[in-house]
Amino acid sequence: MNRKSFINQSGRWIMLGAMAYLTGHIFFRRKVSASGKYVWQIDPYKCNQCGRCATQCVRAVSAVKCVHAFQLCGYCDLCGGYFKPNTLNLTTGAENRLCPTGALTRKFVEEPFFEYTIDEDLCNGCGKCVKGCSSFGNGSLQLQIRHNLCQNCNECSIARLCPSDAISRVPVESAYQIKGDFKNPAVKETR
Amino acid sequence: MVILIWLGAFSILPAQQRFPKPEFRTDYTQPAPTTPESRATAMEFLDVAVLLAVMSLTAWFAIRKRSRKGILVLTIVSIIYFGFYKKGCICPIGSIQNVVLALANPGYSLPLYVLLLFLLPLVFSLLFGRVFCGAACPLGAIQDLLIFKPITIAPWLRKTLGIFPYIYLGLAVLFAATGTEFIICRYDPFIGIYRTHGPYLMILLGIAFLLTGLFVARPYCRFLCPYGALLNITSRFSWKHLSVYPTHCIECKLCTTACPFEAIDFPDSVRERPETRKSARRFILFFILIPVLMAAGGWIGSRSHVYLSRAHHTVALAELLISHPELRNDTDNLDIQTFLASGKSLETLAAEAQVIRDKFRTGGWILGAFLGLVIGFMTLNQLIYRRKEDYQANKGACYSCARCLDYCPVE
Repeated sequence: MNRKSFINQSGRWIMLGAMAYLTGHIFFRRKVSASGKYVWQIDPYKCNQCGRCATQCVRAVSAVKCVHAFQLCGYCDLCGGYFKPNTLNLTTGAENRLCPTGALTRKFVEEPFFEYTIDEDLCNGCGKCVKGCSSFGNGSLQLQIRHNLCQNCNECSIARLCPSDAISRVPVESAYQIKGDFKNPAVKETR
Repeated sequence: MVILIWLGAFSILPAQQRFPKPEFRTDYTQPAPTTPESRATAMEFLDVAVLLAVMSLTAWFAIRKRSRKGILVLTIVSIIYFGFYKKGCICPIGSIQNVVLALANPGYSLPLYVLLLFLLPLVFSLLFGRVFCGAACPLGAIQDLLIFKPITIAPWLRKTLGIFPYIYLGLAVLFAATGTEFIICRYDPFIGIYRTHGPYLMILLGIAFLLTGLFVARPYCRFLCPYGALLNITSRFSWKHLSVYPTHCIECKLCTTACPFEAIDFPDSVRERPETRKSARRFILFFILIPVLMAAGGWIGSRSHVYLSRAHHTVALAELLISHPELRNDTDNLDIQTFLASGKSLETLAAEAQVIRDKFRTGGWILGAFLGLVIGFMTLNQLIYRRKEDYQANKGACYSCARCLDYCPVE
């Protein structure tokens, strides 16, 4: 064996050793999850509806949508998320509605209750309805990252700019942080 | 942790439940919010398998089959699969940061497939050279297809620009370890093109790189890619590597015109050999200089930690609030207004910022020393005269694209 191939070989083994050490170190500290995966989620109780979700997502229409935690909804006629403040006549005319894209629609259930649903194709994640609902209602509307739309970027560009640090990586086993019901309104992590 | 979140939520909530739970008289049932699933984790392992297959085939085409055509097909496969289908994340280049984050942050455990994405190209480079860059990397592949009229770059300029990948790598590790951000992903120039949408600047950057790439072959790979910096080192010790000629070299120089990356070293017959004693003295001098360079780099790095730490939003916010207290009244500044509404005191924020800044001070030392070491070794490398009998691919710089193989008349 000449000098050149000796250097070559020892270098290779040193590099392989370094990689093995790194892998072993990560494994030993139980820092690897075999089936694990991380996805991005908004903590609805940290979110303050600043509106950056609508503009900062890498997707042309944000992957953040308004999600309705029906179990927490009061089914009000005068909905703070549906109507603009100080609206006098509660008609479904566009001039009265808070949602700029008309994504939030309502349906009469029974006197005096209305069901509110979100058309995700129209929703742009601006959070205006969420703000209205949190300020005047039960806060059953919330913003959330939808995994069928999210590109799962290695770094979420909204998370970087979120002023309240509400967006973080969560394990895929609890992929959705949706608000709970009246008894336990805290975040219910669902798959 | 869960209890804390629950308690925190409970303290806010009584104020939020302004209206009672409706009691329906009709048989109306409340719908549940839909939760569409993300891409299955099994699919991520499929990516790993495809990566493994593409790299194995590239190695076979480059070393055994000696076929440029085969590698070209694999390049297109990578662009379609890793680029347009998978749309980027997570790629081995970005996975550097995930590995660093797993080491630095106790709350983050590395998914196995990310670890595999990080390790496999490195292991392959130790075996067969940079076959990952050759065809499997979607960032390299798109640049490789758009080489139009490559110009020759003067060696001094090429080597000087070659320092940038190490700076980028060092900064990326520093920012990932301090939990600041993933700069490799943020400034990835081609992902916007693969996704056909993205931030305006990202797309512009991608187009600029592709246009430059028409004349300066693979500009991102050669002068910026941080993973390329790692592969450059490991590939030098590769077990088997693409060889320009199948049996013997006839010194026709055709391969050097074929290679757009100037990755082919010239033989002794056309190089001037430096005077032995003089070069030995210079070698020793520069060898002694390495610790000096490291110390100097470390000092500069630690001095610049204040500027570097401003990339972290907590530090930036604390600095802004302390230096411009009048901004508290600026209702348009979302970050400041959110901070004020959160009820956290400025002292807490400043203390948090100080902890992060201290991390940057330590990180600055390490970053500077690392860069000093790299510069030292790069200079030292220039002083070593390596005997070469014929035209050979430079193992560190060669991407195993196999262009030279078609040009070699000895077949």
